[in-house]
Amino acid sequence: MSANLAAFLYLVSGVLFIQALRGLSSPETARRGNVYGMAGMAIAILTTLFSIRLEFGSLVLILGGLALGGAAGAIIARRIAMTAMPQLVAAFHSLVGMAAVFVAAAALYAPEAFGINNPDGSLHMQSMIELSLGVFIGAVTFSGSVIAFAKLNGNMSGKPIMLPMRHFINLGLLGAAVVLVFMLIGTGGTGAPAHSLFWMLTLVALVFGVLLIIPIGGADMPVVVSMLNSYSGWAAAALGFTLENTALLITGALVGSSGAILSYIMCKGMNRSFISVIMGGFGETAAAAEDDGIERTVKRGAAEDAAFIMKNAGKVIIVPGYGMAVAQAQHALKEMANLLKEEGVEVKYAIHPVAGRMPGHMNVLLAEADVPYDDVFELEDINSEFGTADVAFVIGANDVTNPAAEDDPTSPIYGMPVLKVWEAGTVMFIKRSLGAGYAGIENPLFFRDNTMMLLSDAKKMVEEINKAL
Amino acid sequence: MLALASAVSVDPFVFRLAIFTLACFVGYFVVWSVTPALHTPLMAVTNAISSVIIVGALIAASAHAFMGSDESVKAAFGMTRLFGFIAITLASVNIFGGFLVTQRMLAMYKKKG
Repeated sequence: MSANLAAFLYLVSGVLFIQALRGLSSPETARRGNVYGMAGMAIAILTTLFSIRLEFGSLVLILGGLALGGAAGAIIARRIAMTAMPQLVAAFHSLVGMAAVFVAAAALYAPEAFGINNPDGSLHMQSMIELSLGVFIGAVTFSGSVIAFAKLNGNMSGKPIMLPMRHFINLGLLGAAVVLVFMLIGTGGTGAPAHSLFWMLTLVALVFGVLLIIPIGGADMPVVVSMLNSYSGWAAAALGFTLENTALLITGALVGSSGAILSYIMCKGMNRSFISVIMGGFGETAAAAEDDGIERTVKRGAAEDAAFIMKNAGKVIIVPGYGMAVAQAQHALKEMANLLKEEGVEVKYAIHPVAGRMPGHMNVLLAEADVPYDDVFELEDINSEFGTADVAFVIGANDVTNPAAEDDPTSPIYGMPVLKVWEAGTVMFIKRSLGAGYAGIENPLFFRDNTMMLLSDAKKMVEEINKAL
Repeated sequence: MLALASAVSVDPFVFRLAIFTLACFVGYFVVWSVTPALHTPLMAVTNAISSVIIVGALIAASAHAFMGSDESVKAAFGMTRLFGFIAITLASVNIFGGFLVTQRMLAMYKKKG
């Protein structure tokens, strides 16, 4: 295939990727968008296969890799539980990161194959810089995503781990990385010294990635997942420059900005700056928050009481949170909504941007339980409606409904946009215990007169309510 | 004009930078128009498309040293093919897994009735 035709086809593939993201502006067009994405990928792969000189051995490697990875991917995609989506996305990010490291390594070991060498065999300096950026960001994405995966999957505590002097350690690692890149350029990029410098750079980046993510607490995971998404894009873009490939450049830019925008939306949803999230430690300082020693009473309710109140209500707004995902209560919840609708009750769902552990987490779970998406509302669209609702049914959410964010300037979450559930006639909280939320902050709503606490496992409680209905 | 263009040829890097910069803006506008309800599928599909890095892995897996290259170069090319194979496998997990899981999620979003 001529180089010009190949370049043109890569451009087509990049445009198809743009279409794939554009489709996601509404659920109706999203499915077609996904098909565009697949077509773009097929074009990119086929174009490459027709541009390279294939020998039998290479063909075996390529088909073997595609079959092995493809089968694993297909099985995972089919089997994964929707509640495990945040972990899966983190795991996928780590794979992109690692693939970027190996592609960069390949370019360094065989620059002739990629056409990035000078006549004397050494690498273009520009290529070495791009390659170093690619491998650094790729390795950070890999190790950071592994830590994020472990935290999300519960292999590791969600508590922030704060090393002493960690900012200095991080700066030191960055400095070391810069020095290594200069040394790599000094070697001309060929021979054993260049290779060992490359792997040292990879190692530094891996450590940096781990240190970047361990101080960030569980509640900030939506930002972390989005941020790593962004990094995987920048890694791809850096290698797109090395490989002089338009599809990779466009994709890298798309994914990079996508992750950055999601991070921004998540930060805004928590009223925190990106820097403060990266610095980490949220939830640790706040956990020591005041215990004023005043014994306060909460009104506990039983499933039957909750069922009775909701059956006689005109409008119920359900507020799902991470607790619903943990208890896998979305199907029982949908059944409850159906029973209520049969009683003539209007049922809506209100979703906070940072509910759950990744952007859009709750929406996917509700969709899985067959909740129609036009019953599900975002914070800005439904917040004014709580005043007209008889019941706000909060299931496994806490911080996102805390009125302290509006009226207590000393609260660590002051200023964060929250769902005004307290404006509803009755607020019901399903929680396993009276403990504080992930941010380590007590919710004063628990002690109000119009609040009913349903202390139990979310799924069990909803099932009991369903029985009583 | 023509004479000027051929006399001072622009480094192709600048063109790639132009594509990249414009694509960043395209990404910015396209992603802002994504409905928040589909943010999880957005992450899954961006994952899948960023695995287009597989094109680099394919080149690596097909790398062959020139006839008569010395042993160290041949060894480096051997390593390159191995790296290519690993990267192809990793990226394929993402490509197939990412698109299929996105498809599975999107199939669940239904309208009322």
